[in-house]
Amino acid sequence: MDTAACDPRLLKLHPGDNILIAARTLPAGETLVVGGAEVFLKEPLPLGFKVAARAIARGEKIIKYTMPVGSATCDIGAGQVVHLHNMKSDYIPTWTREQGSGHDH
Amino acid sequence: MLIRQDAFLRQDGRKGIRNIMVVAYLVECGHHVAREIAWRFREEEVHLIGFSGCYPNAYAYRMMKTLCTHPNVGGALFVSLGCESFDRKNLVKEVLESGRPAEVLVIQQEGGTKKTIALGVEKVKAMRALADQCPRAPMHSHELVVGTVCGGSDATSGIAANPGIGYAFDLLVADGAACIFEETGELIGCEQVMAARAATPELAKILRESVDKAAHYYGVMGHGSFAPGNAEGGLTTIEEKSLGAYAKSGTGPIHGCLKPADVPPTGGLYLLDVVPDGEVRFGFPNINDTVEIGELIACGSHVILFASGRGSVVGSAISPVIKVTGNPETYARMTDDMDVNAGRILEGTATLPEIGREIRDLTVAVAAGKQSKSEELLHQEFEMVYKSFEPLGPGCLPVVHQVGLPIMPAAGR
Repeated sequence: MDTAACDPRLLKLHPGDNILIAARTLPAGETLVVGGAEVFLKEPLPLGFKVAARAIARGEKIIKYTMPVGSATCDIGAGQVVHLHNMKSDYIPTWTREQGSGHDH
Repeated sequence: MLIRQDAFLRQDGRKGIRNIMVVAYLVECGHHVAREIAWRFREEEVHLIGFSGCYPNAYAYRMMKTLCTHPNVGGALFVSLGCESFDRKNLVKEVLESGRPAEVLVIQQEGGTKKTIALGVEKVKAMRALADQCPRAPMHSHELVVGTVCGGSDATSGIAANPGIGYAFDLLVADGAACIFEETGELIGCEQVMAARAATPELAKILRESVDKAAHYYGVMGHGSFAPGNAEGGLTTIEEKSLGAYAKSGTGPIHGCLKPADVPPTGGLYLLDVVPDGEVRFGFPNINDTVEIGELIACGSHVILFASGRGSVVGSAISPVIKVTGNPETYARMTDDMDVNAGRILEGTATLPEIGREIRDLTVAVAAGKQSKSEELLHQEFEMVYKSFEPLGPGCLPVVHQVGLPIMPAAGR
């Protein structure tokens, strides 16, 4: 597991991944250190959530445990949370309760 | 490896780890009467199952027959309203031919609700006495079938609970057991890596096609097998959920591909293809986890390993369910429901091999008679829906002598 220059509370599941996983719930107000950059958490980061391990360009695949799990829908900075607001499925759009329709715009 | 000395020996050579009597309604109109009969014995290994539809369906008939002749089942009482399409006569005949007590009560003929319930209660007592005479025999790990499912998945599922179950699967398969993983709709995105593990090139093609079928089916339905709670748990896409779900299959070669109610012919690792064949009809392939668990049990699973991050509470009729959570916060909140805390991997207090061995050991203990938590809590969920399947094609199943000892020594498939 590659944790160099990374916050120890974040797990890198595989050296080739471009995201990190929160190993426990991190409260709002904490500062993450990712790739030398500091990112302030305005909201809590729950256990298992993803943050970018480095800058990810729009359209780039999100790689988790060596596998593509979707694509970035905008440029994502190192340390930013990666979730429904900035990535999408390459197979079937993800539906959320609030939407009433697919997430794909 | 010897699991227990006193398993229930069935006429087809398979061995049961429980001796459940099922009360089964054959249409929703018989549900209340069947439930009233079974409820009186709910702490005495009498479970309620059933099918709610009135229209005939070959899948539902085959599921019902296979479930009532499951090695964990000692006898079956059917409850029919009287006018539904289910072929109750043949069903009773086939269960009787399996060496189990079986009878049907037709509510319209028995004189309604009260009389049928009273008669049903007497029938269950009489059938229980017969079922208790089932011969006992030693059961070994090569005679064990274990299924796995995940539900209420979150981002910890794929990191801790599912890899833990996968590790246990590798150990169980090495001991000769048959292990079944499923839900092709939750393997979307994993089709290539999974196909690379197929024992034969023919099977690799079948595995890829089964996931393509699922992607098409769910695409037409407009939703993947992905609930809002999955996203609230940190999963963003169906392929990210799939990556976690796929980890339940362990790391060994995949020996075969089953469809619901197909019993694996030998030990080894199997994919259960749960998405209907043919054009898209009858709605979502699996409307909930309970439907999937019922299908795994119809494939002969003695025990179900259920991975849940968010915290599902379900158990099942017929076969015990062992619940594994990868989320230490869920374990702390729902300890009464969770059998294994795989979240210790995330906390750094246990390793993946330790959790994998714990799951394997608990599976063997439950097979030997220990109650799982959902079993103690009297969770006995069951649901069956309309589906249609083509029979298994060539290349789906392994040649018996290549993998291990047969699961059904007396009967074969």
